[in-house]
Amino acid sequence: MTEVLESTSQVDARLRALKRVAIVPAFNEEQAVTRVIEELRGFDPGLEVVVIDDGSTDRTTEAARACGASVVRLPFSLGIGGAVQTGFRYAWEHGFDVAVRVDGDGQHDPAELGAILEPVLADEADIAVGSRFIGGDGYRSSRSRRIGIRLLAWIVSALTRQKVTDPTSGFQAANRLGIRLFAADYPHDYPEAEATVMVFKHRLRMTEVPVAMRARESGQSSITAVRSVYYMVKVVLAIFVALFRRKAVPLE
Amino acid sequence: MTPWRVSIAAAIASVLLLLVVFELIRSRRLRERYALLWLLTGVVLLVLSLWRGGLNTIAGWFGISGYPPAILFAVGILFILLVLLHYSTVISRLSDQSTILAQRLALLEERFREERDQHGRA
Repeated sequence: MTEVLESTSQVDARLRALKRVAIVPAFNEEQAVTRVIEELRGFDPGLEVVVIDDGSTDRTTEAARACGASVVRLPFSLGIGGAVQTGFRYAWEHGFDVAVRVDGDGQHDPAELGAILEPVLADEADIAVGSRFIGGDGYRSSRSRRIGIRLLAWIVSALTRQKVTDPTSGFQAANRLGIRLFAADYPHDYPEAEATVMVFKHRLRMTEVPVAMRARESGQSSITAVRSVYYMVKVVLAIFVALFRRKAVPLE
Repeated sequence: MTPWRVSIAAAIASVLLLLVVFELIRSRRLRERYALLWLLTGVVLLVLSLWRGGLNTIAGWFGISGYPPAILFAVGILFILLVLLHYSTVISRLSDQSTILAQRLALLEERFREERDQHGRA
């Protein structure tokens, strides 16, 4: 028990020395985004919060501003990839040392951030990703989705020659190198699996950390049953292409 | 029956299409999102050129007994129509978005001037 407490305060000390930001992509999440921002403050009051409002038609921007978060409001929806990249550009241009991505729908619990930040703070990884599938299966989902994720995990693991268990997780932390890569190039539509391959190609260090995720509080998953086959075809194609594609020009 | 030369030429053309599309994606001149229909076109045409029995059967369904490769043309034209229609929707979306961008930019510029002028006077 003391060990846990000690390690928590240790994380805080290393974190406190850094300029740090939480990127919160949100699309029509006026209900959930408020709680996410408050929980981020609860985890670390010194964490700057920037909400990327991906062209919401509800009051997401107003709700987030009311909580004191910075809000970058996109004039139309760029999709999750474009929104997240906007956040990493913000982090890059404002000189942040470390950035975490926490989705605005509430499925990422900010209380898990300590664990996700640990490998980055210890300089063991440039990008650390929260995985639902390491250790216990803390994730209830439809069978088809789990099979899909497992198939993707297998493909991504084979291509990157590294064990990847949750290639669709967007719950992640990045240091300056990771911020720089994602600011320069972040995949579009359903980006996480492709981003994993990209990170491998650019020879950055990536690691997974076990976390629990919550069921979505509101809104709808961007992947409906009808679209899942189309999604799989597109993601698998994108992953293979990512492996052969020319590298993005890095930002200066 | 389809002449062999037609099958071979059609297969080569399909493979070339696939290679060109793949190279365009790889060099970042074409996004996967817009390449999917082209890849599908290439694959379907390739299958139909090589699977000669299948081409005959399909031609039979449509009452084409004299010259089965006509199906290749028909399928090719169908896919070109699909790609064009898809592009029409993409262009429409892009033009809507560029309108929004121009408006946002103009409004921001106006607000920026206003605030700069106020600042200068004070």
